[in-house]
Amino acid sequence: MKLKRNIAVSESGFLFDPTSGESYSLNEQGLEILNLMKEGKSTPEVNEYMTETYDISSDEFEKYYLDFMGLLRQFKLLEDER
Amino acid sequence: MNGKRKLTIAVTGLNNTDNPGPGIPVIRALRESQDFDVRIIGMAYENLEPGIYMHDMVDKTYRVPYPSEGTDMLLNRVLDISKIEKIDVLIPNFDAELLAFMKSRKKLADAGIHTFLPEIDRFEERNKNNLPDFGKKYGFKVPSGQPVTNPEELKEIKEDFDYPVVLKGKFYDAYIANNDDQAAMYFHKISAKWGLPVIIQEYIRGTEVNVVALGDGNGNTVGAVPMRKLYITDKGKAWAGITLDDERMLELTHRLIGATKWRGGMELELIRSDDDEFYLIEINPRIPAWVYLAVGAGQNLPEALVKLALGMEVSPFTEYKKGIIFVRYSFDLITDINEFEKLSISGIL
Repeated sequence: MKLKRNIAVSESGFLFDPTSGESYSLNEQGLEILNLMKEGKSTPEVNEYMTETYDISSDEFEKYYLDFMGLLRQFKLLEDER
Repeated sequence: MNGKRKLTIAVTGLNNTDNPGPGIPVIRALRESQDFDVRIIGMAYENLEPGIYMHDMVDKTYRVPYPSEGTDMLLNRVLDISKIEKIDVLIPNFDAELLAFMKSRKKLADAGIHTFLPEIDRFEERNKNNLPDFGKKYGFKVPSGQPVTNPEELKEIKEDFDYPVVLKGKFYDAYIANNDDQAAMYFHKISAKWGLPVIIQEYIRGTEVNVVALGDGNGNTVGAVPMRKLYITDKGKAWAGITLDDERMLELTHRLIGATKWRGGMELELIRSDDDEFYLIEINPRIPAWVYLAVGAGQNLPEALVKLALGMEVSPFTEYKKGIIFVRYSFDLITDINEFEKLSISGIL
């Protein structure tokens, strides 16, 4: 899953979609995940990093991660996955 | 000497109210021109148009008669004003006056007053009641629509539309009706204010987005900036907005201006539907009141329009800043009764 190329994410966690004009606030973990995605990390790599950094199991994280991706998809922030 | 060319420019639409005219934003843009040193002559229809009293914006204001009093009345007034003020360029900013000035283009030009207005046939074919045909002719998705001249017709066309529908005045105003009662109520409200017909339009679910653009009359887009309203007043006006980065909106604008050889400023009102299609819901044949956002984003479209009116070469804008926001504000301007009196009695301030 990839963020659309023109999406801007600031260090403070402010996300701006210049196509729709919408902006969003990310919490610390959301920002970390997006930064990892921007670095091109795969879903298992993101999972590994987050479970090593935070006190959360892989299965638990996956549930939250899928929710988060669903939200990004709903807001049309992800590249088309074909 | 600042080396700038001195110009006298007449501008209408000084009603900087909660239903703002484009006059003051246009003037603000012209005052920031790198090439022109402008003297602004305001033309006002009402004594309380705020721009009249904004002396840092408008150098002198004249009352003018409403276009509904007759094209000749309005034209003669403008010609008389120009005898005193030597107007170089006239920028009309109201839909309701455009036709009168378009018809008078030659007479204005003979008096040395330059304009840069759409051709009459182009102006007519993008009319709200002609929009479905316009869409078919030029290949744009347009919501189905129909002009209605009496409330009985609302019942007759019921089978053609599902609620909600949008009811629009021929110049301004739009309401969303969810049932027969609301449709009838809005029909009366709109027709009382703007006359007939009232246009019934299919409601497209999605996000409204807009483009301000300038066509050179030869099919070229001189500039275009897309925007989404961030805050909308109860009159449906943008009170805050943001420039967008959307190639499809720009492509649509270039295609429309190319196909129609649009001459002058315009505002495209579009709906980006939930399935990501663009529907053209309105073409306003003039610069919109939010034009200063385009200036802030790097495209001084009013200045470019003046250059085109004067027959100067204009290089098309190729860029603008994305994510630029405008936020309108209201401001209590203090003036003296003497100013109001002067305008009321003499028609000049």
